[in-house]
This record gives sequence, C-alpha cells and structure tokens, in this order.
Amino acid sequence: MATEAITQQGQQMDMLRFATAGSVDDGKSTLIGRLLLDSKAIFEDQLAAVEASSVSKGFDYTDLSLLTDGLRSEREQGITIDVAYRYFATPRRKFIIADTPGHVQYTRNMVTGASTADLGLVLVDARQGLTEQSRRHAVLLSLLRVPHLVLAVNKMDLVDYDQAVFDRIHQEFTSFATKLSIPDLEIIPISALKGDNVVTRSENMPWYQGQSLMHHLENVHVASDRDLVDARFPVQYVIRPKSDKFHDYRGYAGMVAGGVFKPGDEVMALPSGLTTKIAGIDLYDRQIDEAFPPMSVTIRLEDDIDVSRGDMLCRPQNAPTPSQDIDAMVCWMTNEPMRPRQKLAIKHTTRTGRALVKNVQYRMDVNTLHRDQDAGELGLNEIGRVQLRTTVPLLCDPYAKNRTTGSFILIDEATGVTVAAGMIL
Amino acid sequence: MTSTHADYRLSQLDQLEAESIHIFREVAAEFEKPVLMFSGGKDSIVMLRLAEKAFYPARIPFPVLQVDTGYDFPEVLACRDNWVDRLGVRLVVASVEEAIKNGVVVDDGKTSRNRLQIGTLLNAIEEEGFTAAFGGGRRDEEKARAKERVYSHRDDFGQWDPKNQRPELWSLYNGRLHEGEHMRIFPLSNWTELDIWHYIGQEGIEIPSIYFSHQRRVFERDGMLLTESEFNPLKPGEEASERTVRFRTVGDLTLTGCVESGAATIGEIIDEVAASRITERGATRGDDRFSEAAMEDRKKEGYF
Repeated sequence: MATEAITQQGQQMDMLRFATAGSVDDGKSTLIGRLLLDSKAIFEDQLAAVEASSVSKGFDYTDLSLLTDGLRSEREQGITIDVAYRYFATPRRKFIIADTPGHVQYTRNMVTGASTADLGLVLVDARQGLTEQSRRHAVLLSLLRVPHLVLAVNKMDLVDYDQAVFDRIHQEFTSFATKLSIPDLEIIPISALKGDNVVTRSENMPWYQGQSLMHHLENVHVASDRDLVDARFPVQYVIRPKSDKFHDYRGYAGMVAGGVFKPGDEVMALPSGLTTKIAGIDLYDRQIDEAFPPMSVTIRLEDDIDVSRGDMLCRPQNAPTPSQDIDAMVCWMTNEPMRPRQKLAIKHTTRTGRALVKNVQYRMDVNTLHRDQDAGELGLNEIGRVQLRTTVPLLCDPYAKNRTTGSFILIDEATGVTVAAGMIL
Repeated sequence: MTSTHADYRLSQLDQLEAESIHIFREVAAEFEKPVLMFSGGKDSIVMLRLAEKAFYPARIPFPVLQVDTGYDFPEVLACRDNWVDRLGVRLVVASVEEAIKNGVVVDDGKTSRNRLQIGTLLNAIEEEGFTAAFGGGRRDEEKARAKERVYSHRDDFGQWDPKNQRPELWSLYNGRLHEGEHMRIFPLSNWTELDIWHYIGQEGIEIPSIYFSHQRRVFERDGMLLTESEFNPLKPGEEASERTVRFRTVGDLTLTGCVESGAATIGEIIDEVAASRITERGATRGDDRFSEAAMEDRKKEGYF
C-alpha cells in the first residue's frame, strides 16, 4: 500500500470497543486468537513464544489462550484472572477487545469490560445451547447499556453445521432478549476453530444468509450511539496561564459528555445556575466551531462567572437536576458486603464526595431477573438497587440516557479500593 | 479533526488523543505531585505533546523525570533537551551512575542498567515525593502490559500487584493513595505502535534522529544488531561493521538493538512497521528476552 494511503487510513479509521463473554470452554480464546491472527495482529515472535510454551506444557496443539493470558499465575493455572485488553485493526476500523474472564469473579470483570464497550460479544457452544452463563452475560450487557450485542453460536462444526440447531438457539435467545434492553442484536453461527463465518462467509452453512462476524464488527454503526441532544460538559480543570501573552485567559477544560456545544450558545453552569454564553471553544491552539462527545476541549465563557472542577455546563432549558438522593443499580466488587449505613467515597464525572448507603432495596438474581426484596445487603459480584445520600449534589442523568453522567464509582475510604460500579436510575 | 463532520464522528486517532488528554487533566487535577517519566523515546515524546495540548496555553503543570542510565544515545538526550526548552518544563534527571555511587543500587557487573533503573527511579520518586508518575507504556507492547490499568497502583515499595488491581470503570479513575504509595499513569494504554507513528506523522512531532535510517557501526549479538560503543565491548568472535539501520525502540544502548532499514521518512517508517511481522520489543529489546515473564517481573519490582 502506498505511504500516503496508509497514513490517510490511520487517520480516518474509526474505533470499536467490544467486550467478550462466554463460559470457559466456549472457545473464546480460540476466537480471539483467530481474529488477531487473521488481521495480522499476532507477530511471529509472539506466536513462536506461544508455540514453544505449548510444547513445553506437553500440548499437541498451539494453545492460543497463552497469547491472552499474560500473567505468570494465569499461565501456571491455565485460567484468565483479569480483564486484558487486545488490539487489532482492519483497513476500516481499529478494535479494542476487553477480554473478560469467563468464570472467576465474572460479574465484576464483565462490568469492568462492558463499561466502555460499544458492543458485547457472547459466545455459546452450539452443542450446549444457551446456558445460565450466556443468559447472565446478556443480562449484564443489557444492564450496562452496551448498545450492540452479538451472540456467536460457536462450534457449529461439531453439530454438522446443522441449521436446526442454530435456529433453536436463535429462537430461544430472541425470546429471552425481549425481557432485556438490547437495541441491536445479531446472531451468527460460527466455528472459531475452523474459521467458518469468522472473517469470511462459510460455505459449510449455505442456509445462513447473514454477514460474517468480522464484517459485522467492521460495519456496525456506533457513531450515533452517543447522546447528541442533551449538552453536558463536566468541568475537569481550569486553565489560567497568567502569562504575558495569555494574561486574561480563563478556559474550562473537559471532555464533552453529551450534546453539541458551539460558540455563541447560551449555557448554564451547575450547581450555581448562572447563565452566560460560550465565547469560544479551543482545541489546543485552534478555535473550533463545535464540540461533541467524546472530544476533550477547552471552553471559554463570555462572563467571568464562578466555575470550577466538578461543575457542569449545560443548556438553561435542558439541565440535570442536582440531587443528593440517588437511586441506582450497583455492582458490588469486594468481599466485605455492602450494608445500610455504610459510608463510602463517591466519584461521579469530575465530582467527588461521600455517600451514605440508605438501604439496599433489592438484590437482583442475574440468572432469573428475580428481585429479592429481603436481601438487605450485597455480596461480592452481586447486583442490586440501592438508595444513597450524598454529601454533594450530583449533576446526574439516568444511566439509560447518558453513560457518562449516569455512572459513578464507590471507593472504600480506608483501603482506597474501588468497591462498586453504579448506574443511576 | 473532523469537527464539522455531518455524523459527528471522531477518527480513532482523535478519540485516542481526547482520551489521553482527559487522563492528563484528571491527574493534574487530583494528584498533589505528578511527574512525567521521560525516556526520550517516541512514546514519551507523544506523551509530552499530549500534555502540552492538555494544558495549552498554560504550561505543563508538572516536571519531567528522566532516568539516565549513563548509556543513553546522545541523539536522544539532544532531543530531550530541545523539548524541555521549548515547553519550559522542569527536567529532573535521576542518574543510575549517581545511584550506584551513593549505594542506592548495586552494580554487580551482571545486572543490566535497565534493571538498575528500577531502584534509581523508585528512589527519585520517593526523594521528590511524587505521587503520580506518567509512563508511556502501551498495552499492545507486551502480554503483561495488556493487563495493566490506566491508573496502576504502586505500594510503599513501588511494587505492582497484578492480582490485586482496582477495577477500572468507564472513565472514572480512582486515584486514592495512602502515605508512601504512588500511582503509575499510562495515558497511552490504548495506543498501538502504529497509532504512535500515525500521530507523530499527523502532528509533525520532532523525534530523535536514530529512529530514521542512518549509517552506524554495529555488531551482532544474540540475533540483535547492537551499537559499537565503549560501554559495550566486543566479545571474542564479534565484529563490527557499518550498516544502514534505524531503531524501533529507544533505551539503554547496550541492550537496544536496531534493525536494518532504509526508512528515512515517517511515511516509510509507517509502511515498514505496518508490514513488520515482529514486535518492536521482540526485535530490539534484549531486556525482555531473559524469561517469559521478564516484563511482569520487572513491573512487580517497580519498573515502568
């Protein structure tokens, strides 16, 4: 490829982040290995290391999971203990895979991987059909509002590429999915091992009229998943150079969390409620005519109103309501259970404060979606609805509306550890 | 920047830039004493550029820390000085030579300077009281790095505990520390080697001249082409000759190999990297060849 073309390509490509899920033996590592291999993201020295390591372990095949299990203890135990991030690119797109472990501490890791994902990829073994695990993964992806879901029915080679097997799983999953919030669902029969429908359409399954997995990953439309209506700009950092050249410069730096901001727009600063207009939007040394998610920009205002880190710029007629009483779904991530009256630190957008757990309203069984109202507390990897009272008002939206202004984390103040992920209702 | 694009789409490089700038600002806002670890290589230069953009038109609100092995390439040090002058940032140099002299680390003649950087770095972090140190590590570089968080917690001894990492959710980074602990921050986590080169090309960023094809006297050792220098005496049977080479990574010159290459422009480098079937570390870093978990082991001790 000519230099100019490849340089151009690198600049114009867009990006898709996806999280993988599936039980231990569903062939996740094989599939990831194949996607990486076929897109030439695995290098000879890496492959040689994996081959050598497979031989020394006495395998008669190349164990591609050794590529993704990067830690000494993972290789020793032959299991994945933590989320790993993998990268590959095709001429159309760059991909970031959050490779989440199937069985150990699944919920916490799934939530971590899914929090930034545009797409969730759930694998099922065609011989097993839907398992509790696949249902649970779909529930978690829906709860985390991952906008696109792919169910890859793997190991089709082991069921003789039988359409009836696929149709049954397809039917069962779509009826289950009606109970969830999944805006976009694609179900693809594949064989990760043999490569059927992974990169190219398989000749073994002429009855399947859809696209290959890679084709879908390359083409699924993600640009419109962001909220471009409700303008939200959490102020992250105030830039005041106080130099001779920029003596009066005062800019509010941050990442646009929603909507489109333009110079001249009337804006309101929260929590003060003061209004002014945008004087200009800077991207480094350039002034730009509009800013939208997820751009990191600096906004200058016409009036010198008091705005600092933790505040938010929005539109006067379209603002979140500051609130100290928060209803949220939380995923609890540590051994000590979450209990009423517990006090924790909270981080929401660029705002931090403390939160008191008022009560645990129910614990959700992620397999059955049953709500246990008598639970009272949440254990490790459990998800439930809670009420919090915060020391500072949060400038929040429902998570269903905005994944940035609707999410928060809770931190144990004694250990400093992140103990929960929260989604505002 | 595609800011007037009808569907409000950001290219992947623009997305990566926006994410990294967000991280820089978050750290500057929340940590008392951040520092940017700077090796002079392409990744640290991209970090400096991103930091410059994050705070413009104000200056970068933290110093730059270089761990000088004493075996650094002069071209790299020259480039470092240019950048520091242009941006007006404070440069802190932690010298391995000094650390050996002061007994902070022990040179037993067998341990590489790369490894001796660990103790030197940790000592500098402690002496200066830095609470957050930006590093240019990328997850695509190495399998242990693929497991790394953007905010990577280090205990009182500077150690990384891969089994006990904090979950990282959305872009909500948790920077809580206890006395004596610090955080390593990796704003380039999601960048690949090719992204770095595309960005250097797009931004017209100045990098050390040794990344471009040049003539150099080199010799072969363990399948790598190493620079002939007084720090790296030839062993019996080794012979130096002049070849046309360039470097893919920059580090201690006794361990950093070069590759034969005629790539003299960023465009040619991008083509070469895109076609390469060997990772940059596999090709040119002697320090990763010691064992399958060399990087993981060094990181646990406090390496970047």
